[in-house]
Amino acid sequence: MLVSNRNRLDRELDVLIDKCGRQRTALMPILQAVQRKYGFIRNFAMQKIADALSIHPVEVHGVVTFYSFLSEKPRGRFIIRLCRTISCEMAGKDRVAAQLETELGIKFGETTVDKRFTLEWANCMGLCDQGPAMLVNDTHYTRVTPQRVLEILEECRSRLSPHAMQGAEEEHLV
Amino acid sequence: MTDNPKDIKSSDRAPKAQRGQVVQKPDGVDAIGAKITVNIDGQDIKVPMGTTILEAARKFGIRIPTLCHHDDLCVAGVCRVCVVEIEGQRALQASCAYPITSPLKIKTHTPQVRRARRHIIDLLLSKHYGECYTCFRNNNCELQSLAKEYGVDFFRFGHPEKPMYEKDNSSYAVVRDMNKCVLCRRCVRTCIDLQEVGVLEAAHRSSDTRIETFLDKPLSDVVCINCGQCINRCPTGALTANDPTDEVWAAIDDPTKHVTIQTAPSPRAGIGECFGLEPGTPMTFEMNTALRRCGFDKVFDTNFTADLTIIEEGTELLLRLYKALVEKDETVALPQFTSCSPGWVKFMEHFYPEMLPNMSSAKSPQQMFGALIKTFYAEQQGIDPSNIVSVALMPCSAKKFECNRPEMTDSGFKDVDYGLTTREMAKMISEAGIHLPDMPKSDFDAPFGTATGSGVIFGATGGVMEAALRSVIELVCGVRAEDLFEHANIIPVRGFEGTRLVELPIENVGPVPDVFKKLVPNWDWLKGATLKVGVCHGTANAKKVLDDIKNGGEFSKCHFIEFMACPGGCLGGGGQPIPTTPEIRAARAEAIYAEDRSYGVRKSHENPVIWELYEKFLTDGPCGHISHKLLHTQYTARGKYI
Repeated sequence: MLVSNRNRLDRELDVLIDKCGRQRTALMPILQAVQRKYGFIRNFAMQKIADALSIHPVEVHGVVTFYSFLSEKPRGRFIIRLCRTISCEMAGKDRVAAQLETELGIKFGETTVDKRFTLEWANCMGLCDQGPAMLVNDTHYTRVTPQRVLEILEECRSRLSPHAMQGAEEEHLV
Repeated sequence: MTDNPKDIKSSDRAPKAQRGQVVQKPDGVDAIGAKITVNIDGQDIKVPMGTTILEAARKFGIRIPTLCHHDDLCVAGVCRVCVVEIEGQRALQASCAYPITSPLKIKTHTPQVRRARRHIIDLLLSKHYGECYTCFRNNNCELQSLAKEYGVDFFRFGHPEKPMYEKDNSSYAVVRDMNKCVLCRRCVRTCIDLQEVGVLEAAHRSSDTRIETFLDKPLSDVVCINCGQCINRCPTGALTANDPTDEVWAAIDDPTKHVTIQTAPSPRAGIGECFGLEPGTPMTFEMNTALRRCGFDKVFDTNFTADLTIIEEGTELLLRLYKALVEKDETVALPQFTSCSPGWVKFMEHFYPEMLPNMSSAKSPQQMFGALIKTFYAEQQGIDPSNIVSVALMPCSAKKFECNRPEMTDSGFKDVDYGLTTREMAKMISEAGIHLPDMPKSDFDAPFGTATGSGVIFGATGGVMEAALRSVIELVCGVRAEDLFEHANIIPVRGFEGTRLVELPIENVGPVPDVFKKLVPNWDWLKGATLKVGVCHGTANAKKVLDDIKNGGEFSKCHFIEFMACPGGCLGGGGQPIPTTPEIRAARAEAIYAEDRSYGVRKSHENPVIWELYEKFLTDGPCGHISHKLLHTQYTARGKYI
């Protein structure tokens, strides 16, 4: 049977909502789960979640736009967040940033055309003694140097086997 | 705690400002509503526990400025304009969000407070783009008055010179200009808490915060019901109604056009406020003169079609009951819902499309009048309907949307060309150089003339129901409404409670009046039955009632329910003068009921012009073929997913 992607999302959301409950407090876990799985929260999902929790879609929209780790629009498979606060600044975050930008060909706040990488600024992540600090999805890297940037990016690319990448692209095209 | 060095314990060595606040036991703390004495500006005040500082100060005539606080809405405490100094506390506190639980010493205008307020207002202005001269809210703007009151003489933190956001003109009813928004979130609380529609909410974070619709879509594309309650509560000009006054002036100035205006009951009770009069000063007959002097060719009373609505909607109800009770037709949708409030109609279309069959198919009085003006009236007066410009003065912003609905063209033309709000009418009257209260009184124009008291009370919540009951009692029971209720004032349906339920046992039935003879043979089937009716205002309450009906609660046993989208009914509509508070709405309601009392004819079915209309024009009677074509409509199931 041919299942449209929306139907599939619909069913997945049903399962998720049953698991997390229908109180307002279930909003964050549900959104985080959707974000984890799809890399962004599509507007149909926001409306469906709002409906299930008896709140308004616009409130879900408010929450999604409030948090940096939730996104309304598709972003890269790897979201690289570089700390820009003072100790990382002093530890040489600028060179790291420049290396990231040249290597990926995008500026901070942008996503590569192949939807693999997104660059973002982050504020303090509590690793001030080991700056410059950087976060790639959920993994943190400390004492990052321009040289290590290359290694980290290579590591990311190698994790995207052709098969894995196919799946990711499909998801983003939904 | 003491300042004597000898008594200082180790825990007290923290700086004084960081020590915990001393909580003294208030007197009689166990009693509910225990009183606490607070000292505000040297004045000892006894207030119940839990009263906010702002409420306490207001009660005793001490003025604390506010911006985000509104009497109709929950506490937000976001603007900080109302900060006060509390002795022993390091930071200033927002008085609107500080419930008093212990005896406090409060000062409302120390240098620190004054400086903070001044800076807060300066900061608000640093993001507030707009020239006051060109703003609809000029002289009626809360930010403007605060700036004046707190002596803002220059823009300490700068002032935007260019607009940052595009104006959202997409909706027929509400215009959003986010350049003027100061993020007080009154519209958010109105839309989400008061009306439970959920169109506006703060999005993004920190200095990027702005008020957005879902996915930042234009207002015409989201589930906005156009009630305009946000307009009434916006402290600045960020939210206004879509203003067609220029088009109306152009029509007036065009000699080939015959411009008619119909006026609803609520604007009369409210428009005086725009001319400095106390809320609740009725201006009905002064306004008639003023409108003629503005250049309108004919001034009609929407109450005439309110009376017609009662006959049409009442007949529809009796037919539904007949089908359900006598013909045992189980597909009949009961209870029947009123359909006068366009905000409520769109609310149903979006949120409860499955219950649309319960809606009465009768159009709202505005649209009925529109259809009649371009057919009956045009024919009678020998005017080409294409030269008639039909304007409606309404207390409502949703009426602007309603008159632009594509299906509202049953006369062959756009039934109502322009909807004006009370505020826009006041602007037009001032523009014509008229001071409304000085106008001599004059009556409405023929052929529709003055309506009945039943039409007038359409403006207040419960009014439609009261008007309907007056007629039902007389037409069905064959007794006079005065026999059952003193002066035909059906007090149980009046008031401002969110939802009301009233039961009317039908003990005896009278003969069937001639007009209904075609529809029902007799009333015997109603004998001994109990007519159950409900009244509800504000869409948040409507939601409760609809969910109750779905769950088979007490409202599901009703036969007829009146719904109004706005709190207080039309008199609290989104087109009424700003500000609005429960007291102002009560005063307007009083004006409306006073007007009802002063009318000679107070029941819709006693309006002689109605029966003349049925005789001459709607010849096949109420709910007949012609009236179905002109006076009834159908609804669109819109759904809430966009």
